[in-house]
Amino acid sequence: MLELAFPPAFILILGALLIAVARPGMRPVLVLAAPLLTLWAIWQLPDGVLMTVGFLGYPIELVEASPVRRLFATAFAIMAFAGGLFGLRQAKWQETAASYAYAAGAVGVSFAGDLITFFLFWEFMALFSTVVIWCGGTDAARRAGVRYALMHLVGGVILKIGIEGVMIHTGSIDVRPLVLDNFDTWVVLIGVLINAAAPPISAWLADAYPEGSPFGSVFLTAFTTKTAVLALILLFPGAQVLIWIGLYMVFYGIIYALLENDMRRILAYSIVNQVGFMVCAVGIGTQMAINGAAAHAFAHIIYKALLMMSAGAVLYQTGKRKCTDLGGLYQSMPITTLCGIVGALAISAFPFTSGFISKSMISQAAADQQMVWVWYLLTAASAGVFLHAGIKFPWFVFFQKDSGLRPADPPWNMRAAMILFAVACIAIGCFPGLLYSLLPYPVDYQPYTGEHLVSQFQLLLFAGLAFFVMLPAMQRTLTISLDLDWTYRMLLPRLAGWVERIWVALMELIDTRWQRSGRPLVERLTRWSEPGGALARTSPIGSMALWVTVILVLVVALAQRG
Amino acid sequence: MSVHLQVLIVVIPLLAAPLLVLLRGATAPWALATAVSWSVLAIALWLVAEVQVHGQLSYALGGWAAPWGIEYRLDAANAMVQLLVAMVAAVVLPYARLSAGREVDPEQQPGMYAAMMLLLAGLLGISATGDAFNVFVFLEISSLSTYTLIALGRDRRALTSAFRYLIMGTIGATFFLIGVGLLYALTGTLNMADLAERLPAVASTRTAHTAAAFLVVGICLKLALFPLHLWLPNAYTYAPSAVTALVAATATKVAAYVLIRFLYTIFGIHFSFGELPLSQILMVLAVIGMLVASAVAIRQPDAKRLLAYSSIAQVGYITLGLALGSVLGLTAALLHMFNHALMKGALFMALGCIAWRVGSTRVDQLKGLGRDMPWTMAAFVVGGLSLIGVPLTVGFISKWYLILAALEQGWWVLIAAIVISSLMAVVYIWRIVEIAWFQQSESRDHTREVPLGLLLPTWLLALANLWFGIDTRLTIGIADQAARALIGSAP
Repeated sequence: MLELAFPPAFILILGALLIAVARPGMRPVLVLAAPLLTLWAIWQLPDGVLMTVGFLGYPIELVEASPVRRLFATAFAIMAFAGGLFGLRQAKWQETAASYAYAAGAVGVSFAGDLITFFLFWEFMALFSTVVIWCGGTDAARRAGVRYALMHLVGGVILKIGIEGVMIHTGSIDVRPLVLDNFDTWVVLIGVLINAAAPPISAWLADAYPEGSPFGSVFLTAFTTKTAVLALILLFPGAQVLIWIGLYMVFYGIIYALLENDMRRILAYSIVNQVGFMVCAVGIGTQMAINGAAAHAFAHIIYKALLMMSAGAVLYQTGKRKCTDLGGLYQSMPITTLCGIVGALAISAFPFTSGFISKSMISQAAADQQMVWVWYLLTAASAGVFLHAGIKFPWFVFFQKDSGLRPADPPWNMRAAMILFAVACIAIGCFPGLLYSLLPYPVDYQPYTGEHLVSQFQLLLFAGLAFFVMLPAMQRTLTISLDLDWTYRMLLPRLAGWVERIWVALMELIDTRWQRSGRPLVERLTRWSEPGGALARTSPIGSMALWVTVILVLVVALAQRG
Repeated sequence: MSVHLQVLIVVIPLLAAPLLVLLRGATAPWALATAVSWSVLAIALWLVAEVQVHGQLSYALGGWAAPWGIEYRLDAANAMVQLLVAMVAAVVLPYARLSAGREVDPEQQPGMYAAMMLLLAGLLGISATGDAFNVFVFLEISSLSTYTLIALGRDRRALTSAFRYLIMGTIGATFFLIGVGLLYALTGTLNMADLAERLPAVASTRTAHTAAAFLVVGICLKLALFPLHLWLPNAYTYAPSAVTALVAATATKVAAYVLIRFLYTIFGIHFSFGELPLSQILMVLAVIGMLVASAVAIRQPDAKRLLAYSSIAQVGYITLGLALGSVLGLTAALLHMFNHALMKGALFMALGCIAWRVGSTRVDQLKGLGRDMPWTMAAFVVGGLSLIGVPLTVGFISKWYLILAALEQGWWVLIAAIVISSLMAVVYIWRIVEIAWFQQSESRDHTREVPLGLLLPTWLLALANLWFGIDTRLTIGIADQAARALIGSAP
C-alpha cells in the first residue's frame, strides 16, 4: 500500500461535496481544481493493485492501475474539467455537484480491481446520472429520469446477480477476462451491455440524455457508455458475440439519427452508433482491436462532448432544439459553428482529426483478421456516420435555411470549453503519437498512408455528395442513394421493414393474448391488493384463526408424511 | 460483577418497570427509562465483545446447575439479537419524550414507559435464556406489554387492533406451550442443550413431529409470516409512533431468532429440514409473503400501513434465509434481522416526525414535505434506499448475502422472487419520495422541521444504516460466527 494510492475517484467525490457546501464565490475554483487534481492523482498511480481493504469478507482492490484503465480515467477527468468549465457560471450548483459525483463513479469503475468495487461505483454512476437528468428541470426530464433510473436499476440487479454468481462459483472476485461458457458470465455480460446501450434496449439512451440541461447532457454523453466499453475490454475481450452486437448498434444509431429532428437526440443516437464501433472492436479482440477500441473511446469522449457542447450552446442561446426551428446560425455564432464543425469532422473520421486515427485502427483490426464482412460493414457505416452526424447536424443547425434567429456566441467559459476540445480533436489527429503512446498495447500502425487518405477522402466525398444530392429527401423521408453501400440503400431499409412487420405481428399476438387472459388476471390481482381488497383488508378474528388452523393442519400433515 | 451481566441485562429493565409506575409526571419516567435503555445497550455491547472472544457464555440462574435450574446461555446469535434490541430501544426512548408526549395522554405516560421496559425485559429474556419454557414466559411478558402499548394509540381503532393481536398472540403462545409440553413429555427436560441431546433418539415419533408443527406455527404467528400476518398491519398502523418504531424493529426479529434457535439448535438441521419438510414449507410461505405483501404495500393510502406491509415482506426475506439451511443462508437471515431493524426503525421514526408536525401519515398529506421538512424526508429516503437495497446501505449487504445463498444452491426461482420484491419496494418507496419532493401541497400550510429531540434519534438510526452498510466487520463477523455455530451444533 502506497501513500499515493489515494483513490482518484475520492478526490472528485470530495470535490462534489465541497461544491455543494461551498460559498458561491468559491465554487468556480473548486469546479476547475477538482478534475485537475484528479487527473494529477491518476498519473501518480503506478501499475498494479495499489489499495486493498476488507468488505463483505473479501479483499477489495479499490485501486488497480494499468495503461488501459489509466487511459479511460484520464479521458473521464479531462471530460469532467471541460464539462465543469462549460457550465462554470451557468449550471446550477446541484447539477455540477451531481455531475462530478457521476464522473467520480466513472473514474472509480476505471480503477476497480475487483467486481464488488466495480459494482459499487457502477451503481454510484447510475444514481448520480439520474440526478443529472432530473436537473434538466422540466417535466419531461423528470419522467425520462424515472424511466432511466428504472432501466439502470434492472441492469444493476442483473449485473449484481451475475457478479454474485461468478463469486460463488469461482471464488474469485477479481476483474479479469471471463469466458462466456456459463450462465453467470452471460448475466454479467448482459448487465454490462445494458449500460453500453446494446440491443434490444438501446432506446434508454436517446430517451434520457437529450432531456438533461445543456450542461448536464455534456456530462451524460461521456461516462456511462464508455465505462461499459472499458468493462467489456477488461472482462470480455475477444467475445465473438460482441462483433455482431456492435454492428447492430452501429446501424441502429445511424438509422435513428437520420430519422430524428431533435438536434441533441441526433447526437444521442450517434453515441449508440459510435459505441457500436468500440463494442465491435472489443469483440474482434486482437491487440490492434483493443487499442482501437480504447483510442476510439478516448477520441469519442472528446468530440462527442464537443458536439454536445455546441448543441448545448445553441439550446442555451436560442431555447430551441428542433432542426426544423434552427438554421443559419453561422452568421451570429461563428465560434460555436466552427467548433461544431470540428466535432462533426472528428466523428466522421476526417483526416487530421482524432476520429481518423482511432476509428481506422478498428477497421484495420478487422482487415487483419480477414473479417471481410465486418470490415465492409464498418466502412459502410463510416459513410453513414458522416451523413447523420458529420453533415446533418451542422448543416441543419448552422446553415440550411435562415431561421431568422440571430443569437450571439455563448459566454466566454462555454466558448473556452468548446475551443479546448476542438483544439484537442485536431491535435490528436495531427499528432497521433500523443494518443498512441497511452494505449494498452504497443502500436504498430501508421494512419497517414497515401492509400488510406485517398480512400477516406473518397468515402467522405461521395457521402457528402449524396447528402446534398438527396437534400430535399433528407428533410422528411429517407431514401439514401450511395454507390458505395448498397447494403445500406437496399438491404437495411427492407430488413428494417421486415423486423417491424414481425414486431408488429408479435405485439398484436401478445396483445390479444393479454386481453383474453392476462388482463383479467392482473385486474383481479390488483383488486385483491388494493386497499380493502381481499389481501389488504382488515380480516375478522375468525378468519385469522382459520388461517392458523389451516397452516397447522398443513404442517402436521406434511410432517407425518415426511 | 461482570459474570452477572448476562442476567442483569434482563433484570434491570424488569425491575425498572414497577418503579416507573410509581413515578409522577412524564419527564421523570422518561429519564429513568432512557437511562435503563442506555445501560442495557452498554451491557449488550459488553456481552457481544465477550462472546466474540469466548464463543459461548453460560450462567446458572440462582446458582442451580443446568439440568435442574434455569440456564442462561449466550452465543453469537443471541448476543447479536440482544444488541439489536438494545440499540433500537436506546434510540427510540429518547425519541419517545416528544413523540409519545404528543400522541399519548400524559397520565398514561408512566405506564407506557413501564410497558416499554417490560417489553424490553421480555425480548431480552427470550434471547438470553437457554431454557425452552423460560422462552414461553418471556414471550408472554413481551406480548402482554405489546398489547398494552398498541392500545395506547389515539385512534380508537388501536383498541380493536390490540385486541385482535391479543387473540392471535395468545393462540401463538398456546401453540408454543403445547409444543414445549410435548417435548417435555418426550424427553423429560426443558433445557435447550439437553433437548438437543435427547431428541435424536425420539426424532421419528409422531409426538416429536407434532411438537415441531405446533412450535413452528406458534412462532410463525409471532413472526408474522404470511398468511399468519393478519394481526400486524393494524397493530403497526394505529399504535403510537414511538411504539411502532420499537415494536416493528424488534418483536418480529426476536421471533425469527426463536425460530432459528428451535430449528437449528434444539431440533437440529437433520430433523428440521431432513426428517420434516419445514424447509419447503417455510420457503413457499416466505416467497408468497414477499410478493403479496409488497404488492399490497404499493397501493396503501397510509404510509405507516404501507411500511407495515413492507415489514411482512421483509419477514419473508428473513424466513427465506433461514429456510435455506446453509451457513450463507443463515448468515443472510441473521444479517437481515439486524439490518431490517435499523431500516424499519429509521423509517417508522421518520414517519413519527411527520405525524408530529402534520398529524397524519396519509400519503396524500406528504405533498411538499421534501421542501418543508428536508431533514426528516432525507432520513426517510436513506431508510428507503436501504429497504430497496442500494449499495452502501445495510439493505444491500443482507440482500447480497441472500442472493449469494440462493445462488449457492442454484435456486433461480428464489432469486427472481427477491428481485421482483425488491423492484416492488422501489415502487412503493418512490411513490412517497415523488409525492414528498415533486408535488406541492394545496391544502396544508407550510410546516417547519421537527425539533432536534426527534430529528437526532431518527438520524442516528439513518446513519447506522449507512455505517453498517460500509463497515460490515461487526455485523458480518458476528452473523457468520453465529451461523457457523448454529449449523455446527446440529447433531
